[in-house]
Amino acid sequence: MEKLINDFSFGLFFWQILIFVGLLLLLRKFAWKPILDAVNNREEGIKNALESAEEAKKEMQNLQADNERILNEARAERDGMLKEARQLKENMIADAKTEAQTEADKIVAQAQATIASEKKAAIADLKNQVAGLSVEIAEKMLKKELSGNDKQLELVESMLEDVTLN
Amino acid sequence: MQKSTVVKILLIFILIFTSSNLFAKETEKEGKGDLKSEIKEFINHHLQDSHDFTLFSDKEANSHVGFPLPVILWDNGLKVFSSSKFHHGETVAEVDGNFYKLYHSKIYKTDAAGTITYDEEHHATNAKPLDFSITKNVVSMLLIGLLMFFMFRGLAKSYKKNNSIPTGVGRFLEPLVLFVRDEIAIPNIGEKKYKKYMSFLLTVFFFIWFLNLLGMTPLGVNVTGNIAVTFALALLTFLITNLTANKNYWGHIFWMPGVPTFMKVVLAPIELLGVFIKPFSLMIRLYANMTAGHVVLMSIIGMIFLFKSWIGSPLSFGLAFALSILELLVAALQAYIFTMLSALYFGMANEEAHH
Repeated sequence: MEKLINDFSFGLFFWQILIFVGLLLLLRKFAWKPILDAVNNREEGIKNALESAEEAKKEMQNLQADNERILNEARAERDGMLKEARQLKENMIADAKTEAQTEADKIVAQAQATIASEKKAAIADLKNQVAGLSVEIAEKMLKKELSGNDKQLELVESMLEDVTLN
Repeated sequence: MQKSTVVKILLIFILIFTSSNLFAKETEKEGKGDLKSEIKEFINHHLQDSHDFTLFSDKEANSHVGFPLPVILWDNGLKVFSSSKFHHGETVAEVDGNFYKLYHSKIYKTDAAGTITYDEEHHATNAKPLDFSITKNVVSMLLIGLLMFFMFRGLAKSYKKNNSIPTGVGRFLEPLVLFVRDEIAIPNIGEKKYKKYMSFLLTVFFFIWFLNLLGMTPLGVNVTGNIAVTFALALLTFLITNLTANKNYWGHIFWMPGVPTFMKVVLAPIELLGVFIKPFSLMIRLYANMTAGHVVLMSIIGMIFLFKSWIGSPLSFGLAFALSILELLVAALQAYIFTMLSALYFGMANEEAHH
Protein backbone atom coordinates (compact mmCIF):
# COMPACT_ATOMS: atom_id res chain seq x y z
CA MET A 1 0.00 0.00 0.00
CA GLU A 2 2.79 2.37 0.89
CA LYS A 3 4.49 1.51 -2.36
CA LEU A 4 1.27 2.21 -4.22
CA ILE A 5 0.93 5.65 -2.66
CA ASN A 6 4.59 6.31 -3.30
CA ASP A 7 4.18 5.28 -6.93
CA PHE A 8 1.21 7.54 -7.38
CA SER A 9 2.12 10.42 -9.62
CA PHE A 10 -0.21 13.38 -9.56
CA GLY A 11 1.12 14.64 -12.89
CA LEU A 12 0.31 11.38 -14.61
CA PHE A 13 -3.13 11.39 -12.99
CA PHE A 14 -3.72 14.90 -14.24
CA TRP A 15 -2.68 14.07 -17.80
CA GLN A 16 -4.64 10.84 -17.74
CA ILE A 17 -7.86 12.63 -16.73
CA LEU A 18 -7.22 15.36 -19.28
CA ILE A 19 -6.42 12.98 -22.13
CA PHE A 20 -9.16 10.55 -21.30
CA VAL A 21 -11.93 13.12 -20.90
CA GLY A 22 -10.76 14.96 -23.99
CA LEU A 23 -10.66 11.72 -25.95
CA LEU A 24 -14.08 10.78 -24.63
CA LEU A 25 -15.65 14.07 -25.68
CA LEU A 26 -13.96 14.06 -29.08
CA LEU A 27 -14.86 10.46 -29.78
CA ARG A 28 -18.42 11.02 -28.61
CA LYS A 29 -18.90 13.81 -31.09
CA PHE A 30 -16.91 12.46 -34.01
CA ALA A 31 -17.04 8.70 -33.64
CA TRP A 32 -19.37 7.03 -31.15
CA LYS A 33 -22.46 9.01 -32.03
CA PRO A 34 -22.15 8.62 -35.81
CA ILE A 35 -21.14 4.97 -35.46
CA LEU A 36 -23.97 4.02 -33.12
CA ASP A 37 -26.47 6.02 -35.14
CA ALA A 38 -25.36 4.41 -38.37
CA VAL A 39 -25.48 0.95 -36.82
CA ASN A 40 -28.89 1.63 -35.32
CA ASN A 41 -30.21 2.93 -38.61
CA ARG A 42 -28.83 -0.06 -40.40
CA GLU A 43 -30.35 -2.45 -37.89
CA GLU A 44 -33.65 -0.63 -38.09
CA GLY A 45 -33.44 -0.84 -41.87
CA ILE A 46 -32.73 -4.55 -41.77
CA LYS A 47 -35.57 -5.10 -39.32
CA ASN A 48 -37.96 -3.16 -41.49
CA ALA A 49 -36.80 -4.93 -44.61
CA LEU A 50 -37.30 -8.30 -42.92
CA GLU A 51 -40.73 -7.30 -41.70
CA SER A 52 -41.82 -6.05 -45.09
CA ALA A 53 -40.43 -9.18 -46.69
CA GLU A 54 -42.46 -11.25 -44.24
CA GLU A 55 -45.50 -9.16 -45.04
CA ALA A 56 -44.91 -9.50 -48.75
CA LYS A 57 -44.63 -13.23 -48.28
CA LYS A 58 -47.90 -13.32 -46.39
CA GLU A 59 -49.54 -11.18 -49.02
CA MET A 60 -48.17 -13.44 -51.68
CA GLN A 61 -49.62 -16.43 -49.87
CA ASN A 62 -52.95 -14.66 -49.57
CA LEU A 63 -52.79 -13.81 -53.22
CA GLN A 64 -52.00 -17.37 -54.10
CA ALA A 65 -54.87 -18.61 -51.95
CA ASP A 66 -57.12 -16.07 -53.64
CA ASN A 67 -55.95 -17.16 -57.02
CA GLU A 68 -56.58 -20.76 -56.13
CA ARG A 69 -60.04 -19.91 -54.90
CA ILE A 70 -60.84 -17.83 -57.96
CA LEU A 71 -59.54 -20.55 -60.20
CA ASN A 72 -61.66 -23.12 -58.41
CA GLU A 73 -64.68 -20.89 -58.63
CA ALA A 74 -64.07 -20.31 -62.32
CA ARG A 75 -63.67 -24.00 -62.87
CA ALA A 76 -66.88 -24.71 -60.98
CA GLU A 77 -68.64 -22.01 -62.92
CA ARG A 78 -67.37 -23.37 -66.19
CA ASP A 79 -68.48 -26.84 -65.22
CA GLY A 80 -71.89 -25.49 -64.28
CA MET A 81 -72.17 -23.59 -67.49
CA LEU A 82 -71.19 -26.61 -69.52
CA LYS A 83 -73.69 -28.71 -67.67
CA GLU A 84 -76.41 -26.11 -68.20
CA ALA A 85 -75.58 -25.84 -71.86
CA ARG A 86 -75.74 -29.57 -72.23
CA GLN A 87 -79.08 -29.60 -70.46
CA LEU A 88 -80.29 -26.79 -72.64
CA LYS A 89 -79.21 -28.58 -75.74
CA GLU A 90 -80.90 -31.74 -74.67
CA ASN A 91 -84.05 -29.87 -73.79
CA MET A 92 -83.98 -28.04 -77.06
CA ILE A 93 -83.55 -31.23 -78.99
CA ALA A 94 -86.31 -32.87 -77.03
CA ASP A 95 -88.60 -29.90 -77.52
CA ALA A 96 -87.85 -29.74 -81.19
CA LYS A 97 -88.50 -33.41 -81.46
CA THR A 98 -91.90 -33.26 -79.79
CA GLU A 99 -92.87 -30.16 -81.74
CA ALA A 100 -91.86 -31.76 -84.99
CA GLN A 101 -93.82 -34.85 -84.04
CA THR A 102 -96.96 -32.92 -83.28
CA GLU A 103 -96.55 -30.87 -86.45
CA ALA A 104 -96.04 -33.98 -88.46
CA ASP A 105 -99.03 -35.60 -86.83
CA LYS A 106 -101.10 -32.55 -87.57
CA ILE A 107 -100.02 -32.51 -91.19
CA VAL A 108 -100.74 -36.20 -91.55
CA ALA A 109 -104.16 -35.78 -89.99
CA GLN A 110 -104.95 -32.87 -92.25
CA ALA A 111 -103.79 -34.83 -95.22
CA GLN A 112 -105.92 -37.74 -94.26
CA ALA A 113 -108.92 -35.51 -93.80
CA THR A 114 -108.35 -33.91 -97.17
CA ILE A 115 -107.90 -37.30 -98.77
CA ALA A 116 -111.10 -38.52 -97.18
CA SER A 117 -113.15 -35.54 -98.31
CA GLU A 118 -111.63 -35.73 -101.81
CA LYS A 119 -112.50 -39.36 -101.91
CA LYS A 120 -116.05 -38.68 -100.87
CA ALA A 121 -116.39 -35.96 -103.47
CA ALA A 122 -114.92 -38.24 -106.07
CA ILE A 123 -117.28 -41.03 -105.14
CA ALA A 124 -120.24 -38.66 -105.24
CA ASP A 125 -119.14 -37.39 -108.60
CA LEU A 126 -118.70 -40.90 -109.84
CA LYS A 127 -122.16 -41.84 -108.57
CA ASN A 128 -123.70 -38.87 -110.35
CA GLN A 129 -121.89 -39.68 -113.53
CA VAL A 130 -122.87 -43.36 -113.25
CA ALA A 131 -126.52 -42.33 -112.65
CA GLY A 132 -126.53 -39.98 -115.56
CA LEU A 133 -124.87 -42.51 -117.76
CA SER A 134 -127.39 -45.15 -116.69
CA VAL A 135 -130.34 -42.79 -117.45
CA GLU A 136 -128.82 -41.98 -120.81
CA ILE A 137 -128.32 -45.64 -121.58
CA ALA A 138 -131.83 -46.41 -120.47
CA GLU A 139 -133.17 -43.58 -122.53
CA LYS A 140 -131.33 -44.76 -125.60
CA MET A 141 -132.43 -48.29 -125.02
CA LEU A 142 -136.03 -47.26 -124.60
CA LYS A 143 -135.93 -45.12 -127.66
CA LYS A 144 -134.57 -48.01 -129.61
CA GLU A 145 -137.07 -50.52 -128.15
CA LEU A 146 -140.08 -48.34 -128.71
CA SER A 147 -139.28 -47.10 -132.07
CA GLY A 148 -142.15 -49.22 -133.87
CA ASN A 149 -145.91 -49.01 -133.19
CA ASP A 150 -146.31 -52.68 -132.72
CA LYS A 151 -143.64 -52.72 -130.07
CA GLN A 152 -145.42 -49.92 -128.23
CA LEU A 153 -148.73 -51.78 -128.47
CA GLU A 154 -147.13 -55.01 -127.29
CA LEU A 155 -145.74 -53.18 -124.26
CA VAL A 156 -149.03 -51.64 -123.46
CA GLU A 157 -150.70 -55.01 -123.73
CA SER A 158 -148.13 -56.73 -121.49
CA MET A 159 -148.58 -54.02 -119.01
CA LEU A 160 -152.28 -54.19 -119.16
CA GLU A 161 -152.07 -57.91 -118.67
CA ASP A 162 -150.06 -57.46 -115.46
CA VAL A 163 -152.61 -55.28 -114.12
CA THR A 164 -155.34 -57.26 -112.52
CA LEU A 165 -158.51 -55.51 -112.77
CA ASN A 166 -160.01 -55.64 -109.54
CA MET B 1 5.17 -49.41 -25.08
CA GLN B 2 3.94 -45.95 -25.73
CA LYS B 3 3.37 -45.31 -22.08
CA SER B 4 6.94 -46.13 -21.20
CA THR B 5 8.31 -43.73 -23.82
CA VAL B 6 6.16 -40.96 -22.41
CA VAL B 7 7.49 -41.69 -18.92
CA LYS B 8 11.06 -41.66 -20.27
CA ILE B 9 10.55 -38.30 -21.96
CA LEU B 10 9.09 -36.89 -18.77
CA LEU B 11 12.02 -38.16 -16.75
CA ILE B 12 14.46 -36.58 -19.17
CA PHE B 13 12.64 -33.29 -18.89
CA ILE B 14 12.74 -33.39 -15.12
CA LEU B 15 16.44 -34.16 -15.22
CA ILE B 16 17.06 -31.30 -17.61
CA PHE B 17 15.15 -28.93 -15.45
CA THR B 18 16.82 -29.85 -12.22
CA SER B 19 20.26 -29.92 -13.76
CA SER B 20 19.80 -26.56 -15.40
CA ASN B 21 18.64 -25.18 -12.07
CA LEU B 22 21.77 -26.53 -10.50
CA PHE B 23 23.78 -24.91 -13.24
CA ALA B 24 22.11 -21.64 -12.61
CA LYS B 25 22.89 -21.83 -8.93
CA GLU B 26 26.49 -22.70 -9.59
CA THR B 27 27.05 -19.83 -11.96
CA GLU B 28 25.40 -17.56 -9.46
CA LYS B 29 27.86 -18.62 -6.84
CA GLU B 30 30.66 -17.85 -9.24
CA GLY B 31 29.96 -14.16 -8.92
CA LYS B 32 27.23 -13.62 -11.46
CA GLY B 33 24.61 -12.95 -8.82
CA ASP B 34 24.52 -9.35 -9.88
CA LEU B 35 22.74 -10.41 -13.09
CA LYS B 36 19.78 -11.46 -11.03
CA SER B 37 19.59 -8.17 -9.18
CA GLU B 38 20.19 -6.36 -12.43
CA ILE B 39 17.17 -8.10 -13.95
CA LYS B 40 15.18 -7.25 -10.86
CA GLU B 41 16.15 -3.62 -11.15
CA PHE B 42 15.39 -3.64 -14.85
CA ILE B 43 11.92 -5.01 -14.22
CA ASN B 44 11.30 -2.45 -11.48
CA HIS B 45 12.45 0.29 -13.75
CA HIS B 46 10.25 -0.97 -16.54
CA LEU B 47 7.16 -1.03 -14.34
CA GLN B 48 7.59 2.62 -13.49
CA ASP B 49 6.90 5.68 -15.50
CA SER B 50 9.91 7.39 -17.01
CA HIS B 51 10.81 10.91 -17.99
CA ASP B 52 12.40 9.86 -21.23
CA PHE B 53 11.45 7.35 -23.89
CA THR B 54 14.28 4.82 -23.82
CA LEU B 55 13.98 2.06 -26.36
CA PHE B 56 16.99 0.12 -25.10
CA SER B 57 20.11 0.87 -23.13
CA ASP B 58 23.49 -0.72 -22.65
CA LYS B 59 24.69 -0.32 -19.10
CA GLU B 60 28.29 -1.31 -19.70
CA ALA B 61 28.77 1.12 -22.58
CA ASN B 62 26.52 3.57 -20.71
CA SER B 63 24.56 4.36 -23.84
CA HIS B 64 20.81 4.88 -24.10
CA VAL B 65 18.86 4.77 -27.33
CA GLY B 66 15.66 6.75 -27.26
CA PHE B 67 14.50 10.32 -27.10
CA PRO B 68 14.04 12.80 -24.26
CA LEU B 69 10.62 14.10 -23.29
CA PRO B 70 9.59 17.51 -22.01
CA VAL B 71 9.64 18.00 -18.23
CA ILE B 72 7.03 20.37 -16.86
CA LEU B 73 7.37 21.36 -13.22
CA TRP B 74 5.37 23.68 -11.03
CA ASP B 75 7.83 25.07 -8.52
CA ASN B 76 6.98 28.71 -7.80
CA GLY B 77 6.22 29.13 -11.46
CA LEU B 78 6.11 26.92 -14.50
CA LYS B 79 9.42 25.33 -15.47
CA VAL B 80 9.68 23.55 -18.80
CA PHE B 81 12.84 21.83 -20.01
CA SER B 82 13.99 18.72 -21.80
CA SER B 83 14.57 15.57 -19.79
CA SER B 84 17.92 15.21 -21.57
CA LYS B 85 19.21 17.61 -18.92
CA PHE B 86 19.01 14.83 -16.35
CA HIS B 87 21.22 12.50 -18.39
CA HIS B 88 19.18 9.54 -17.15
CA GLY B 89 19.48 10.62 -13.52
CA GLU B 90 23.23 11.01 -13.58
CA THR B 91 23.46 14.78 -13.48
CA VAL B 92 21.65 17.63 -11.81
CA ALA B 93 19.49 19.77 -14.02
CA GLU B 94 19.69 23.49 -13.41
CA VAL B 95 16.68 25.57 -14.38
CA ASP B 96 16.30 29.26 -13.45
CA GLY B 97 18.66 28.86 -10.52
CA ASN B 98 16.90 25.77 -9.15
CA PHE B 99 18.48 22.32 -9.15
CA TYR B 100 16.57 19.14 -9.81
CA LYS B 101 17.68 15.55 -9.74
CA LEU B 102 16.01 12.40 -11.03
CA TYR B 103 16.04 9.70 -8.39
CA HIS B 104 14.09 6.45 -8.81
CA SER B 105 12.07 8.00 -11.63
CA LYS B 106 10.99 10.92 -9.45
CA ILE B 107 12.17 14.49 -9.61
CA TYR B 108 13.57 16.01 -6.39
CA LYS B 109 14.76 19.49 -5.65
CA THR B 110 18.40 19.46 -4.63
CA ASP B 111 21.37 21.72 -4.25
CA ALA B 112 23.97 22.24 -6.95
CA ALA B 113 25.86 19.09 -5.95
CA GLY B 114 22.72 16.96 -6.17
CA THR B 115 22.77 15.64 -2.62
CA ILE B 116 19.75 13.69 -1.62
CA THR B 117 18.97 13.23 2.05
CA TYR B 118 17.29 10.09 3.32
CA ASP B 119 15.21 9.21 6.31
CA GLU B 120 15.84 6.05 8.31
CA GLU B 121 13.74 3.95 5.86
CA HIS B 122 15.92 5.13 3.01
CA HIS B 123 13.25 7.33 1.48
CA ALA B 124 14.35 10.57 -0.03
CA THR B 125 13.30 13.55 2.06
CA ASN B 126 14.06 16.25 -0.47
CA ALA B 127 11.24 18.54 -1.61
CA LYS B 128 9.30 17.31 -4.63
CA PRO B 129 8.03 19.92 -7.07
CA LEU B 130 4.65 19.28 -8.70
CA ASP B 131 5.52 17.20 -11.72
CA PHE B 132 3.34 17.62 -14.81
CA SER B 133 5.90 16.19 -17.18
CA ILE B 134 4.97 14.59 -20.45
CA THR B 135 6.29 11.21 -19.37
CA LYS B 136 6.57 8.00 -21.31
CA ASN B 137 3.09 6.98 -20.14
CA VAL B 138 1.58 10.31 -21.15
CA VAL B 139 3.16 9.96 -24.59
CA SER B 140 1.79 6.44 -24.87
CA MET B 141 -1.68 7.61 -23.88
CA LEU B 142 -1.53 10.46 -26.37
CA LEU B 143 -0.42 8.01 -29.03
CA ILE B 144 -3.24 5.61 -28.27
CA GLY B 145 -5.67 8.51 -28.08
CA LEU B 146 -4.67 9.68 -31.53
CA LEU B 147 -4.79 6.15 -32.88
CA MET B 148 -8.26 5.63 -31.45
CA PHE B 149 -9.48 8.95 -32.77
CA PHE B 150 -8.34 8.24 -36.31
CA MET B 151 -9.49 4.64 -36.29
CA PHE B 152 -13.00 5.34 -35.03
CA ARG B 153 -13.32 8.55 -37.01
CA GLY B 154 -12.49 6.42 -40.04
CA LEU B 155 -15.14 3.90 -39.06
CA ALA B 156 -17.72 6.67 -38.57
CA LYS B 157 -16.86 8.16 -41.94
CA SER B 158 -16.95 4.85 -43.76
CA TYR B 159 -20.65 4.51 -42.93
CA LYS B 160 -21.50 7.62 -44.88
CA LYS B 161 -19.45 6.69 -47.89
CA ASN B 162 -20.25 3.06 -48.26
CA ASN B 163 -23.96 2.63 -47.68
CA SER B 164 -23.70 1.87 -43.95
CA ILE B 165 -21.16 -0.91 -44.42
CA PRO B 166 -17.75 -0.40 -42.78
CA THR B 167 -14.55 -0.81 -44.74
CA GLY B 168 -10.96 -1.54 -43.85
CA VAL B 169 -10.11 -1.58 -40.17
CA GLY B 170 -13.74 -0.75 -39.41
CA ARG B 171 -14.69 -4.30 -40.30
CA PHE B 172 -12.67 -5.40 -37.31
CA LEU B 173 -13.76 -2.56 -35.02
CA GLU B 174 -17.47 -2.62 -35.69
CA PRO B 175 -18.11 -6.06 -34.16
CA LEU B 176 -16.20 -4.90 -31.07
CA VAL B 177 -18.31 -1.77 -30.78
CA LEU B 178 -21.39 -3.94 -31.15
CA PHE B 179 -19.98 -6.35 -28.58
CA VAL B 180 -19.66 -3.53 -26.05
CA ARG B 181 -23.19 -2.44 -26.80
CA ASP B 182 -24.91 -5.83 -26.96
CA GLU B 183 -22.91 -7.86 -24.44
CA ILE B 184 -21.80 -5.24 -21.93
CA ALA B 185 -24.02 -2.16 -21.95
CA ILE B 186 -27.51 -3.47 -22.72
CA PRO B 187 -27.51 -6.55 -20.43
CA ASN B 188 -26.12 -4.60 -17.47
CA ILE B 189 -27.74 -1.20 -17.80
CA GLY B 190 -30.90 -1.99 -19.67
CA GLU B 191 -32.40 -1.15 -23.02
CA LYS B 192 -33.75 2.20 -21.87
CA LYS B 193 -30.79 3.92 -20.29
CA TYR B 194 -27.68 2.38 -21.82
CA LYS B 195 -27.28 5.07 -24.46
CA LYS B 196 -25.90 7.84 -22.27
CA TYR B 197 -23.16 5.54 -20.93
CA MET B 198 -22.07 4.18 -24.29
CA SER B 199 -19.44 6.87 -24.95
CA PHE B 200 -17.69 6.19 -21.66
CA LEU B 201 -17.90 2.41 -21.93
CA LEU B 202 -16.60 2.33 -25.50
CA THR B 203 -13.80 4.78 -24.79
CA VAL B 204 -12.70 3.01 -21.63
CA PHE B 205 -12.83 -0.43 -23.25
CA PHE B 206 -10.71 0.45 -26.25
CA PHE B 207 -8.44 2.74 -24.24
CA ILE B 208 -7.55 0.03 -21.72
CA TRP B 209 -7.32 -2.69 -24.32
CA PHE B 210 -5.05 -0.76 -26.67
CA LEU B 211 -2.83 0.39 -23.81
CA ASN B 212 -2.62 -3.19 -22.54
CA LEU B 213 -1.62 -4.30 -26.02
CA LEU B 214 0.93 -1.50 -26.26
CA GLY B 215 2.37 -2.84 -23.01
CA MET B 216 2.95 -6.15 -24.78
CA THR B 217 5.18 -4.54 -27.41
CA PRO B 218 8.93 -4.26 -26.89
CA LEU B 219 8.44 -0.49 -26.43
CA GLY B 220 8.17 -1.45 -22.79
CA VAL B 221 5.43 0.86 -21.60
CA ASN B 222 3.30 -0.11 -18.64
CA VAL B 223 0.49 2.42 -18.63
CA THR B 224 -2.42 0.34 -17.35
CA GLY B 225 -0.12 -1.11 -14.70
CA ASN B 226 0.29 2.34 -13.20
CA ILE B 227 -1.76 3.19 -10.15
CA ALA B 228 -2.37 6.80 -11.16
CA VAL B 229 -3.86 5.69 -14.47
CA THR B 230 -6.14 3.04 -13.00
CA PHE B 231 -7.09 5.46 -10.22
CA ALA B 232 -8.13 8.06 -12.79
CA LEU B 233 -10.22 5.53 -14.69
CA ALA B 234 -11.84 4.16 -11.54
CA LEU B 235 -12.52 7.71 -10.33
CA LEU B 236 -14.41 8.44 -13.55
CA THR B 237 -16.51 5.31 -13.10
CA PHE B 238 -17.16 6.34 -9.50
CA LEU B 239 -18.19 9.87 -10.48
CA ILE B 240 -20.42 8.77 -13.34
CA THR B 241 -22.07 6.11 -11.19
CA ASN B 242 -22.91 8.44 -8.33
CA LEU B 243 -23.75 11.52 -10.36
CA THR B 244 -26.24 9.68 -12.54
CA ALA B 245 -27.70 7.53 -9.76
CA ASN B 246 -31.43 7.68 -9.13
CA LYS B 247 -33.41 7.88 -5.91
CA ASN B 248 -33.80 4.14 -5.68
CA TYR B 249 -30.01 3.67 -5.63
CA TRP B 250 -29.50 6.07 -2.74
CA GLY B 251 -32.48 4.57 -1.00
CA HIS B 252 -30.83 1.17 -1.10
CA ILE B 253 -27.65 2.60 0.40
CA PHE B 254 -28.96 4.75 3.26
CA TRP B 255 -32.33 3.20 4.05
CA MET B 256 -32.47 -0.34 2.71
CA PRO B 257 -36.09 -1.14 2.03
CA GLY B 258 -37.60 -4.38 3.24
CA VAL B 259 -35.41 -4.94 6.34
CA PRO B 260 -36.04 -4.09 10.01
CA THR B 261 -35.09 -0.60 11.18
CA PHE B 262 -32.21 -1.87 13.25
CA MET B 263 -30.73 -3.60 10.22
CA LYS B 264 -31.21 -0.44 8.19
CA VAL B 265 -28.95 1.41 10.61
CA VAL B 266 -26.38 -1.39 10.47
CA LEU B 267 -26.47 -1.72 6.72
CA ALA B 268 -26.13 1.97 5.84
CA PRO B 269 -22.40 2.34 6.67
CA ILE B 270 -21.63 -0.99 5.03
CA GLU B 271 -23.45 0.01 1.87
CA LEU B 272 -21.80 3.43 1.93
CA LEU B 273 -18.43 1.75 2.19
CA GLY B 274 -19.41 -0.41 -0.78
CA VAL B 275 -19.85 2.72 -2.88
CA PHE B 276 -16.14 3.40 -2.51
CA ILE B 277 -14.95 -0.20 -2.51
CA LYS B 278 -16.46 -0.92 -5.91
CA PRO B 279 -14.35 1.58 -7.88
CA PHE B 280 -11.40 0.83 -5.60
CA SER B 281 -11.56 -2.82 -6.61
CA LEU B 282 -11.65 -1.72 -10.26
CA MET B 283 -8.50 0.29 -9.74
CA ILE B 284 -6.59 -2.44 -7.91
CA ARG B 285 -7.73 -5.22 -10.23
CA LEU B 286 -6.50 -3.58 -13.40
CA TYR B 287 -3.28 -2.37 -11.78
CA ALA B 288 -2.45 -5.69 -10.16
CA ASN B 289 -3.27 -7.81 -13.20
CA MET B 290 -1.23 -5.78 -15.60
CA THR B 291 1.68 -5.33 -13.20
CA ALA B 292 1.74 -9.01 -12.31
CA GLY B 293 1.61 -9.96 -15.98
CA HIS B 294 4.56 -7.73 -16.77
CA VAL B 295 6.58 -8.93 -13.79
CA VAL B 296 6.05 -12.62 -14.52
CA LEU B 297 6.66 -12.26 -18.23
CA MET B 298 9.82 -10.21 -17.75
CA SER B 299 11.11 -12.55 -15.06
CA ILE B 300 10.73 -15.50 -17.41
CA ILE B 301 12.44 -13.58 -20.18
CA GLY B 302 15.17 -12.78 -17.64
CA MET B 303 15.49 -16.50 -16.94
CA ILE B 304 16.66 -17.00 -20.52
CA PHE B 305 19.76 -15.02 -19.60
CA LEU B 306 20.10 -16.57 -16.17
CA PHE B 307 20.09 -20.16 -17.38
CA LYS B 308 22.58 -19.68 -20.19
CA SER B 309 22.21 -23.34 -21.09
CA TRP B 310 21.10 -24.97 -24.29
CA ILE B 311 18.16 -26.52 -22.55
CA GLY B 312 17.02 -24.06 -19.91
CA SER B 313 17.03 -21.00 -22.10
CA PRO B 314 14.90 -22.46 -24.91
CA LEU B 315 12.51 -23.80 -22.28
CA SER B 316 12.27 -20.35 -20.74
CA PHE B 317 11.77 -18.95 -24.18
CA GLY B 318 8.93 -21.38 -24.83
CA LEU B 319 7.39 -20.49 -21.48
CA ALA B 320 7.74 -16.78 -22.21
CA PHE B 321 6.12 -17.34 -25.60
CA ALA B 322 3.18 -19.22 -24.09
CA LEU B 323 2.81 -16.60 -21.38
CA SER B 324 2.85 -13.81 -23.96
CA ILE B 325 -0.11 -15.42 -25.66
CA LEU B 326 -1.83 -15.67 -22.30
CA GLU B 327 -1.05 -12.01 -21.64
CA LEU B 328 -2.66 -11.07 -24.97
CA LEU B 329 -5.80 -12.73 -23.69
CA VAL B 330 -5.45 -10.99 -20.31
CA ALA B 331 -5.08 -7.64 -22.09
CA ALA B 332 -8.51 -8.06 -23.68
CA LEU B 333 -9.98 -9.72 -20.60
CA GLN B 334 -9.02 -6.90 -18.23
CA ALA B 335 -10.43 -4.30 -20.59
CA TYR B 336 -13.61 -6.36 -20.77
CA ILE B 337 -13.84 -6.79 -17.01
CA PHE B 338 -13.27 -3.11 -16.29
CA THR B 339 -15.93 -2.11 -18.81
CA MET B 340 -18.31 -4.84 -17.71
CA LEU B 341 -18.10 -3.90 -14.04
CA SER B 342 -18.43 -0.21 -14.84
CA ALA B 343 -21.57 -1.02 -16.80
CA LEU B 344 -22.79 -3.15 -13.90
CA TYR B 345 -22.35 -0.24 -11.48
CA PHE B 346 -24.12 2.13 -13.89
CA GLY B 347 -26.90 -0.41 -14.10
CA MET B 348 -27.16 -0.53 -10.30
CA ALA B 349 -27.32 3.27 -10.17
CA ASN B 350 -30.21 3.21 -12.63
CA GLU B 351 -32.19 0.29 -11.29
CA GLU B 352 -35.86 1.01 -10.81
CA ALA B 353 -37.66 0.01 -7.62
CA HIS B 354 -39.36 -3.34 -8.11
CA HIS B 355 -40.65 -4.14 -4.65
